[in-house]
Amino acid sequence: MLPKIGVDKIRIGNTSGVDLSDNNIDSDSLRLKITESISNQKRNTVTVLSSLLAVQDSFHYIPDVAIEEIAKTCKVTINDVWSVASFYTNFRFTPPGDKTLDVCWGPSCHINGAQKLITQAHKLLDIDGEGESEDNKVTLRYSTCLGACAQSPVFAIDHKMFGRLNEGKVNTIVETLKKE
Amino acid sequence: MTDNYKKLQKKSQDYINNLYNNKIVIKVQTGTSGQAVGADEILKSLSLKSNNNINVLEVGSMGLMYLEPIIVVILPSKDKIFYAHVDEYIANKIYKHYETNESIYKENAFAYDSTNTLDIGLPKISDLPQISKQLRIATRNFGEITPGDIFQYVNSGGYQAINKALFEMTPENVVDEVKNSGLRGRGGAAFPTGLKWSFLAPSKAPVKYVLCNCEEGDPGAYNDKGILETDPHTLVEGLILNGYATNSNKSYVFIRQGHDIPIRAIERAIKEAYDNGLLGENILGSKFSFDMEVSLTGDSYVAGEETALMEAIEGKRSTPRFKPPFPAASGLWKKPTNINNVKTISYVPEIIKNGSDWFKSTGTEKSTGTAIVCLSGHINRPGMYEIPMGMTIEDVLEDIGGGSSSSTEIKMLQTGGPLGGVLGKEGFATKIDFDEMAKSGAILGSGGIIVCDGSVSVVDLIRNLVAFNQFESCGKCFPCRLGNTHMYDVLDRLCNSASKPNDLELLERIGKSMKIGSLCGHGQLGYNPISSSLKYFENEISDSINNKLEPLEKMLIPTRTRPSNLE
Repeated sequence: MLPKIGVDKIRIGNTSGVDLSDNNIDSDSLRLKITESISNQKRNTVTVLSSLLAVQDSFHYIPDVAIEEIAKTCKVTINDVWSVASFYTNFRFTPPGDKTLDVCWGPSCHINGAQKLITQAHKLLDIDGEGESEDNKVTLRYSTCLGACAQSPVFAIDHKMFGRLNEGKVNTIVETLKKE
Repeated sequence: MTDNYKKLQKKSQDYINNLYNNKIVIKVQTGTSGQAVGADEILKSLSLKSNNNINVLEVGSMGLMYLEPIIVVILPSKDKIFYAHVDEYIANKIYKHYETNESIYKENAFAYDSTNTLDIGLPKISDLPQISKQLRIATRNFGEITPGDIFQYVNSGGYQAINKALFEMTPENVVDEVKNSGLRGRGGAAFPTGLKWSFLAPSKAPVKYVLCNCEEGDPGAYNDKGILETDPHTLVEGLILNGYATNSNKSYVFIRQGHDIPIRAIERAIKEAYDNGLLGENILGSKFSFDMEVSLTGDSYVAGEETALMEAIEGKRSTPRFKPPFPAASGLWKKPTNINNVKTISYVPEIIKNGSDWFKSTGTEKSTGTAIVCLSGHINRPGMYEIPMGMTIEDVLEDIGGGSSSSTEIKMLQTGGPLGGVLGKEGFATKIDFDEMAKSGAILGSGGIIVCDGSVSVVDLIRNLVAFNQFESCGKCFPCRLGNTHMYDVLDRLCNSASKPNDLELLERIGKSMKIGSLCGHGQLGYNPISSSLKYFENEISDSINNKLEPLEKMLIPTRTRPSNLE
């Protein structure tokens, strides 16, 4: 049984103002895949947040239809789902690059020269701040702490960590990333 | 001992005998920190090899992260040889050596462990100051067992406390034992744990929850995730005890998505505990039933606040709630709830097993037991160490940390996370315990200690901390949401030598408004980094107020959550 979430009066429907009638040929199969990833959650407590995480896990972003499907599953409004999805900084609403490079700017990495390495990564990938490289191969994200402070400075590619970085290592990492 | 537990012990014994039976065992220490320097590749490469006389085993980190990747070879004689800074090539060389030779391979070895004294030109591991000065209670199995493997955990004395509590103690006894141990919350607030449990225990509500907080967003602290990824069964056992003591039947372990290694470890531990009758209906044949589940959250630092955490488990935005009602009266899904930090819970099994007086004999009068500290930054031996409370910071830095890693002396420490404090040299004589640390202006908090040498500018450090706080403010209370952003702007102009004369008063005024106008610690403690650094580095800060210092480089920070109207 689902735990009770959100408001008592249930409204289901498109209240986001976004046109969800996607004319894309794949939209039906996309919707099917999304409902699958929502219903396949292997946990007892299914919530809006857990469903969003499940969708992001399989698609690496939250498609608009997912918001609608999650609202249906969890019996809350579309606005409720948007409010959660827009709150947590890990959710994104456009497809990311093929690989995600997380660069840590936490204090341990900071005092060990992370800023220089981040600037270097920016230059190598031709990205300003956060975002995707031109060829959409790499997404660069700032991370507040990757949890391996003893090996700082640290970067991560798709959750795989690289520690004790220096200029040379960053060059190698980013160059292999660009080639892949 | 009940029959059910004896059966489990027998199974574990057989399993261990089979593993070690006249064989060489190679333990590869992995975990988040090990993975960052290539331990996974070593494990993969060694696991592919097959030799009937050598077993390769994945274990968690032993805390000496500066030496990682570490592998430990255990000879059939039970002598252990520790190897540091191993890579795939060296690991294979070591493997090959032990395939054919009985002698000890010495390259890359840094210590040994044996009941005898071995004359091989290496120190005994227990003679190294970074090991001998430690006292391991919550981290007793670090570097020894495979994360989540129940048989290895039981074989090292695991789940005895459950057996003892369920069949020899009443729930009230367990609460009293924890109360008497003097255990205080390790998440930052240092609230007496037994007292907290006694709020929930008498409630007659049919559904009660016990939660375990492993959100740990503090940069510089990785001990919660460390326990989860190295010895998750300690946590599972502690949580079951917590449930038994408070008559609760359901628990959640709360952790941020993306930390794959600790999540995998705790999920494995929970599954194996279910499979062996330690979770679920009638634990070990008793009348007590208990369920446990992992709850993942998105990226949000404030989700670590207790009521915000409950919102997140319910699947909503993780913003703090008004208190009262307190969680013990109305918490998760409006049911009575208890919440503790991972470290706090991890002490409980040993307290129940060995008694509260044993636990109290360590530490100081008001802060009993040990502290788990994470050293990082400009220090020779960054890593995770468990030390008895009451040790001075100086001793931790010199004896365990090995002093500054650069040519300049240690200038300051950043402790207790970004809402904690900055500690100057005059504060290094402070004893590590909750009250002494709070008096010094820094807080022990989650146990992260970031060491800065002379090259680090104090305004640059606090700009980094405040940048973190402004990025992570959940936005519910405007003094915190806008105040942190405002403070960041002021600190940024201090760093750019463009400060205005009354900037210090301005910072203080913002800090004060945040303190009185915010619901949770994120806003209330937001001024801490600045107030504590003023205590030790007033001159340096006033130099930057007077624009006497060289401008620093612009800091690259995410702008995703920055209120755009302030740009």
